[in-house]
Amino acid sequence: MYFHNPLKNDRCAVSEEDILEVSVWRGTGDTGEYETFQVPARESQTVLDVVTWIQQQIDPSLSYRYACRVGMCGSCAMMVNGEPRWTCRTHVKKVTRDGALQIGPLRNLPTIKDLAADMDPFFDKWIAAGGVHTPSRSRAEPIAEVSPEDPGRVEANKGIECINCSVCYAACDTVANTPDYLGPAALQRAWTLYNDSKVEDRQAVLDAVSKNNGCHNCHTQGSCTQYCPNELDPLSAIAGLKRASAKSFLFKSKEDRQ
Amino acid sequence: MNLGLYMAQRLSAMVMVPLVFGHLGVMIYAIQGGLTTAEILERTMGSLWWFLFYGCFVVAVSIHSAIGMRVIVHEVLKLRGLALELVMWAFGISILFLGARAVMAVTML
Repeated sequence: MYFHNPLKNDRCAVSEEDILEVSVWRGTGDTGEYETFQVPARESQTVLDVVTWIQQQIDPSLSYRYACRVGMCGSCAMMVNGEPRWTCRTHVKKVTRDGALQIGPLRNLPTIKDLAADMDPFFDKWIAAGGVHTPSRSRAEPIAEVSPEDPGRVEANKGIECINCSVCYAACDTVANTPDYLGPAALQRAWTLYNDSKVEDRQAVLDAVSKNNGCHNCHTQGSCTQYCPNELDPLSAIAGLKRASAKSFLFKSKEDRQ
Repeated sequence: MNLGLYMAQRLSAMVMVPLVFGHLGVMIYAIQGGLTTAEILERTMGSLWWFLFYGCFVVAVSIHSAIGMRVIVHEVLKLRGLALELVMWAFGISILFLGARAVMAVTML
């Protein structure tokens, strides 16, 4: 355990009661430990602000990832007091426990260094779940008109605001117990494509999510929907995939393959 | 779990639902008047109806529980591949054998 005195580093005067005890995971790969920093508490302060303050004022070697700082890019997700959160939009006051914060790299993903998780498995699963858009028309053909009121479009719209932050993936106990499981984000993406009339082979999307590591592993625990910072509902998307694949299993016909 | 196993588990559950209620009803009926073992066996022995009722129950339970056990063994013990399939089949066949033996004992003359 190491302690750092912010009073020597911070330009602003702070009293003892305005100090946050912040434990931050330090280490490379599987090895490491929590290191404690004392950070000045502010009236309005996000968890990302705290991490940035430590990196800028105490230890420049602290590694973490962020980009937009406004909840759009999905880069800054971390474990905060044991729960996955987008740190740029998480106010410290709402998540501290007895004035303390514990910040770690995202669960269910390998750690590169400190707070930076390796996102490769997360995005590989997007592709494995059929997440690549395969258009039904070429660029030489006119663009297909899709009504915003079309039921499939309405369903697809529910999932398209995913920012790929991996909070749902880190929250999922099924991913923790079955590391090959595709996970909520990739399956929600597959559900949006399945409902997209512009996708050439929607049965191929169902086939991709119906393998051993697919949507049927979900135990419907709902952590994905509970923790999604954009208030999306991957749980219902996965339930939709289960229904669609079951229907396809029972009534597989030429129509389903189109 | 793939789609085939998922459907087998759901369809076997659908078969089990009415059979579970039927079984509960039979148990409640049997204890109301204080039926003895001999009186129960008198009704079940040689009955094709009870053989089919509990025979279907045993088959459905064997399928359903073996697939459920496969998930638990995979997630808790991290077993996978051929070993996982063998555990599932061994569990399912064992339950089927034990259940079939019990059904035959109470329904066959």
